[in-house]
Amino acid sequence: MHCCDSAFFDNVLSYFLLQEMDFPGGKVAFTSKLEFIPGNSDRRVPCYRVLDQYGRLLNDAHFEQVSEEVAVKIYSNMVALQMMDSILYEAQRQGRISFYVTSMGEEAINIASAAALSDDDVVLPQYREPGVLLWRGFTLQEFANQCFGNKFDYGKGRQMPIHYGSNKLNYFTISSPIATQLPQAVGVAYSLKMDKKEACVVTYVGDGGTSEGDFHASLNFAAVMDAPVVFICRNNGWAISTHITEQFRSDGVAIKGRAYGIPSIRVDGNDALAVYNTVKRAREIAINEHTPILIEALTYRVGSHSTSDDSTKYRPIDEIECWKMERNPVNKFRKWVESNGWWSDEAEVDLRAAVRKKLLQVIQNAEKAEKPPLAELFADVYDSLPLNLREQETELRETIKRHPEDYPSDVPV
Amino acid sequence: MERDPCVCVMGEDVGHYGGSYKVTKGLAEKYGDLRVLDTPIAENSFTGMGIGAAMTGLRPVVEGMNMGFLLLAFNQISNNCGMLHYTSGGQFKIPIVIRGPGGVGRQLGAEHSQRLESYFQSIPGIQMVACSTPYNAKGLMKAAIRSKNPVILFEHVLLYNLKERIPDEEYVLSLEEAEMVRPGEHVTILTYSRMRYHVMQAAKTLVNKGYDPEVIDIRSLKPFDLYTIGSSVKKTHRVLIVEECMRTGGIGASLTAAITENFHDHLDAPIMCLSSQDVPTPYAGTLENWTVVQPAQIVTAVEQLCQ
Repeated sequence: MHCCDSAFFDNVLSYFLLQEMDFPGGKVAFTSKLEFIPGNSDRRVPCYRVLDQYGRLLNDAHFEQVSEEVAVKIYSNMVALQMMDSILYEAQRQGRISFYVTSMGEEAINIASAAALSDDDVVLPQYREPGVLLWRGFTLQEFANQCFGNKFDYGKGRQMPIHYGSNKLNYFTISSPIATQLPQAVGVAYSLKMDKKEACVVTYVGDGGTSEGDFHASLNFAAVMDAPVVFICRNNGWAISTHITEQFRSDGVAIKGRAYGIPSIRVDGNDALAVYNTVKRAREIAINEHTPILIEALTYRVGSHSTSDDSTKYRPIDEIECWKMERNPVNKFRKWVESNGWWSDEAEVDLRAAVRKKLLQVIQNAEKAEKPPLAELFADVYDSLPLNLREQETELRETIKRHPEDYPSDVPV
Repeated sequence: MERDPCVCVMGEDVGHYGGSYKVTKGLAEKYGDLRVLDTPIAENSFTGMGIGAAMTGLRPVVEGMNMGFLLLAFNQISNNCGMLHYTSGGQFKIPIVIRGPGGVGRQLGAEHSQRLESYFQSIPGIQMVACSTPYNAKGLMKAAIRSKNPVILFEHVLLYNLKERIPDEEYVLSLEEAEMVRPGEHVTILTYSRMRYHVMQAAKTLVNKGYDPEVIDIRSLKPFDLYTIGSSVKKTHRVLIVEECMRTGGIGASLTAAITENFHDHLDAPIMCLSSQDVPTPYAGTLENWTVVQPAQIVTAVEQLCQ
C-alpha cells in the first residue's frame, strides 16, 4: 500500500468514521444491516415458580422460607376468601344482594401478595383483590355491610357491592372504570417521594386493563419519575368474554416492562409461595432502588366476570373445571403447608365450619341492618352542603312528607 | 406554595419552561423539579396522578396546557375527582385544583380555542370558577388551592397580559361569590372571563346613550351565586347574559334556567342570552371574531331589552 493508494485513504477515513452517534436519548451504535426486531421472540418469558403442580417445593427454587405462623395465616385467608366469594355469590343468586364479583382461582395472588407488603404500603386495587383487604384485617362483617349497602358500610351505601375502601387500612376505594387507579398510584408514589416515606405503592390491574391508555402512561410516568410503584397485573386470561389472544399480541404483560424501562417478572399466580417471594422482593427493589416494577401473575379466572354474565356461554366448561379442580391454588398451597406438618384435615374441617358460620351470621346481620338515611344522599358530595344541594334535599323531604306511601318504610329519613 | 409544602404543580412544560403561558415561571427554580413536575403527555394520566396524590394528602395544582386538552382527562375528572369523596363515604378527600388557559384566542385554530366550561358543569362533586382580572385571579387561585373540594379554575388565553395594581399581602376570595363590576339600575348584565371586557366596552357606549347597566362578573360557574344575581334581578327586572360558551348547552343556558326558576316573578322581559355560535372556532380572523359575542351586539341587545 502506498500513501497515494485509494485503499490507503479509505483506511484513514474509516478510522475517523463514527460507529455510534449521540442522538438525544444517548449514544447508540450503528448497523448497516436492515433487520427488524421481531414482534415476539422464539422463547416466551419464563414463569417463576417455587412449588410444582403437586404443591411440592422444587429443589432449586429461589425462595425465602416462610414461618408456620405466616404460612397458616396465608392459607386460612385463602380459604376464607374462597368461602366468602362462594357464599356472597349465592346471596346474589338468591336476590339478597344486587351484584357480586368473585376472585375464584386468584386466591393466591390476593392473599400472598398482601402478605408480602407492609401496612404502610398503599394499595390501589382494580376490583378483584378483596383478599388484600381481608389480609389487612377488614372483617367479614365489614365486607358484608358494603355488599348490602347498609348504614355501617364505610361507603355509606353509595357504591355497588364489592367497591370496598378503607383509608385506615391504606386500601383506596374501588371505582369501576378500568385502570384509572394506575395513574393515581403514580400520584401516591409521588406523594410518598415528597414525604420520603419508607413505603411503596402497590396497584393491581387485569389483563384487559393493560389495553387502557392509563396503563401505558402510568408505567411510563412511573419510570420517568423513579416512582416506587409495584404494578401487579393479574393475567387471568379473560376480560369478560374477551380472551387474551384478542386483547394483545405481545408475549403477555411482563414483556411490556421493557418498553418503559421497567424491571419486570412473570410469576405463577397460582403458586402462593412464588407470589409471596416475588412481591416481597419487588417491594424491596422498588423502595431501595427507586424504580417501578411490573409483575405479571399468570392465573385463571375460574368464575364468571361477575354475577352479570355466565362464562360457560363463551368458554369451554372442561377448561373451567380443569383450573377449578386440578390447578386450584388453594389446594396446591394446602399440600405444601401440610407437608410441613402445619395443617391437617381436622384443622381444615374446623376452619371451614367456623368461617361458614361466621359468614352466614354476618350476612344475616348485614341484611337486617338499616339502610343509610336520606341525609347521606347529599352529604360528602362536597366537604359541606352547598346551597343548591340543601335546596334539593329540602324539596325531596317535602315530597316524601306529602307522599309517604311512595317512600320505603324501613329506610330512615 | 411557600405557605404550604403540600402544594405542588404538575403539568406539561410547567417546570423550567414555566408553562405554556408562563403561569408557573420561576417556580421550578425555587421549589425544585419534584414539586413542580413536568409530566409526559398523557392528560388523563397526570390528572389521575394528581387525584392519587390529593387522596394521600397533597394539594396538587394540575395544569392543562390548554383547557381543551382536559377533554382527555374527562374520565378521571368525572369518574374519580368528582366521585371519590362521595363513594368512599368521605374517607378520601380530593383537594385538587385543575386549571389552565382556555377560551377563544387569536387564531389558534378550533382545537385550541374551545369554550368548554359547560361540559364540566354537570359533574357532581366539583366546583368551577372563572377568573378575569389579576385581582380575582390571585384571590380565586388561593381559595381554590385551600378548598377541600376539587376545583376547576378557568383562565383565559387573552387575559394573561392584563396589568393591575393588586395588594401584596394575602387575600382569598370566595369561590361561590359573584363580583359587582358596575352597579346600575336599568338592566343586569351577567358575564364572566373575557366577555367581561366586551361587556364593559359596550357599557361605555350604553352609558353615552343614556342607559345604566349593572354589570356582574359571575365568577363562580358552579355553583352560581344566586344571591348576588337575584338581588340584581329584583332591582333591574331585566337580564342579559353574555358568555363565550356555545349557545347550545352553555353556561348561559344553565344560568337562564336557574334565574327563570328562582326569579321569574321579578322579570319584566324574557332573559336574553348572547353566546358564541355553535361552531368550532374558525381560524380566519374575521370569522373568529364573529364566532364570539362582540360589544356592538351587546349594545343592541340591551337596547332591545330595555324597550
